[in-house]
Amino acid sequence: MNTYELVIIGGGPAGLSAAKVAAEAGLHSLVIERDYKIGGQLVKQTHMFFGSEKQYAKTRGIDIASILIDDVKRHPDKIEVMTGTTVVGLYPDHVITLLQGEEYKKIKAEAIIIATGASEKFLAFENNDLPGIYGAGAVQTLMNVHGVLPGHDVVMVGSGNIGLIVSYQLMQAGVNVKMVLEAADTIGGYKVHASKLKRLGVDIRTRMSVKKAIGTTELNQIEIAWLDDSWQFIDGTEQRVDVDALCISVGLSPLSSLAAMIGCEMKFVPLLGGNVPIIDEYHETTVKNVFVAGDVCGVEEASSAIVEGYYAGLMVAKRLGHEHPDFAARKADYETQLDNLRSGPFGEKTRLGLLELRGERHV
Amino acid sequence: MFESWNKTGVPSPELIKTRFPDEEVLIKPKAITECYEEIPCNPCETSCPFDAITVGADINTPPVVDFDTCTGCGICVYNCPGLAIFTVQIKDDALVYKIPYEFVPRPGKGDVMHAVNRAGEIIGDCVIERVTFTEKQDKTALLQVRVPRELLYEFVTVRSKS
Amino acid sequence: MRIQQHPILQFPHDQVIHFTFDGKPVAGIAGDTIASALHNLGVRVLSHSVEKGRARGFYCAIGNCASCNMIVDGVPNVRTCITPLKEGMVVKTQRNKGVLHEHL
Repeated sequence: MNTYELVIIGGGPAGLSAAKVAAEAGLHSLVIERDYKIGGQLVKQTHMFFGSEKQYAKTRGIDIASILIDDVKRHPDKIEVMTGTTVVGLYPDHVITLLQGEEYKKIKAEAIIIATGASEKFLAFENNDLPGIYGAGAVQTLMNVHGVLPGHDVVMVGSGNIGLIVSYQLMQAGVNVKMVLEAADTIGGYKVHASKLKRLGVDIRTRMSVKKAIGTTELNQIEIAWLDDSWQFIDGTEQRVDVDALCISVGLSPLSSLAAMIGCEMKFVPLLGGNVPIIDEYHETTVKNVFVAGDVCGVEEASSAIVEGYYAGLMVAKRLGHEHPDFAARKADYETQLDNLRSGPFGEKTRLGLLELRGERHV
Repeated sequence: MFESWNKTGVPSPELIKTRFPDEEVLIKPKAITECYEEIPCNPCETSCPFDAITVGADINTPPVVDFDTCTGCGICVYNCPGLAIFTVQIKDDALVYKIPYEFVPRPGKGDVMHAVNRAGEIIGDCVIERVTFTEKQDKTALLQVRVPRELLYEFVTVRSKS
Repeated sequence: MRIQQHPILQFPHDQVIHFTFDGKPVAGIAGDTIASALHNLGVRVLSHSVEKGRARGFYCAIGNCASCNMIVDGVPNVRTCITPLKEGMVVKTQRNKGVLHEHL
């Protein structure tokens, strides 16, 4: 059985950043990615990122992906990348089982960083499994990675940043976005994104959601309706809208099942997106030498995932006896960057969620 | 003041005016930052070659433009990830804007287009005076647009007539 | 439906990749996953739910939700959203949990 110093599960922004800093500190790592390419969800983000220069603000996500991939390629002697490989098992003795095509393998690691990201939440409504109903992120992959359009007339459910950004990108690809529905009474994401859509004439309707999907084997129509203050549909307000695609963008859930499998103590923290491993200030879980970074321990923007990756890489390297030459300065810098990204009103959920996770505040 | 913006994405006229200088200042082009919300972002500050935009150490602080220093060059316009900045100048009996544009086909010089307001409504005609699309703009085109004078607080973007 | 022009991205449409879908010869292009190639051909039903046989399509595109599982070269439960299209692939709609070694 091959043994690695560090195995990083997930080749997205957090995993790649962790590998980079760990390599700079002298650690060998293996990055395992289930997709056929690395870069995670950055590879479809055609918009310019927010944040500051240290997180590549104003650079498009697709170009940030290239930067992070190049960073990894600069350490060919330290970082091995395995794509098309799914981690199916993670055991307390640090045995990791992999599925690569039809081949099942076992490896071992001294330390593990789980950087598996998050997946899109779903919404319960009648016929919600009809083909033509997509996660918003999936539509973004289809059009921005593969250049294939999801349909001609689309309705977006959810006005968080992903819903707003993907709606804009649908318009850029030539798709008609008929409306954005938001169940809450205010828009969820950055208002600058909402304003970009309004200028294009896209209707944003708060207090409204999708009640059912209509179609036999494919989506043809949806029924939408207004919601009251207790989030119940108001009878008699139903309207039918002709669509050939419906995008669901109602938040993300951390993909934390591997952390649970290895025995990390977990906690359900809605502010962080769902079930997350309990971590200490060094991003280590309750299982020694198992660290986490990125959305798996709390859903945020990719900018934060990048910095958390750097931070976890730095900490793991120190734990395994490879203290980074600039350890103290890097640690302080990453902490400041994360504080800065989270200090505004949009960071409040993460700030409170992390307090709750650490048992310092009970809701 | 934030009520309609939070629900529809359309800022109120009062909110819009908080970002404009007095009209006499606009005889020269100035950057108008339509960024009213505390979001973690500062490329406007770091991209300005004249240090005319301040965000500060807390990058969640909305930007403040020093209209004495701002030359209206438009560099911040294509560097703003929220596409929330334009420049405007009152020139004779018209307005000259520089706006970001991320759609294809890109308009050409001399094209007459619909002038569009923040709610997405057509409010008149405007003329494209110049289109810049250089490498450093990273795929965000900059359109210089001539707009009727009375649309100062209304105009925000253009739409093709076809 | 492929994007013909885009303000940010460029999609080279040159290298054609041939495969079969439920016995019919069809084609995608280099850079496609099986699911994106099928989607472009207007195929939205990729699998069926096991109990009620309800049509299922592309949903997550990250290999997580199993909604796009198909039989590829005889192997069932292939996540077609993260599997690159290859020349000569034999792709079939899946209607059950998958049968081991269908190809043998």
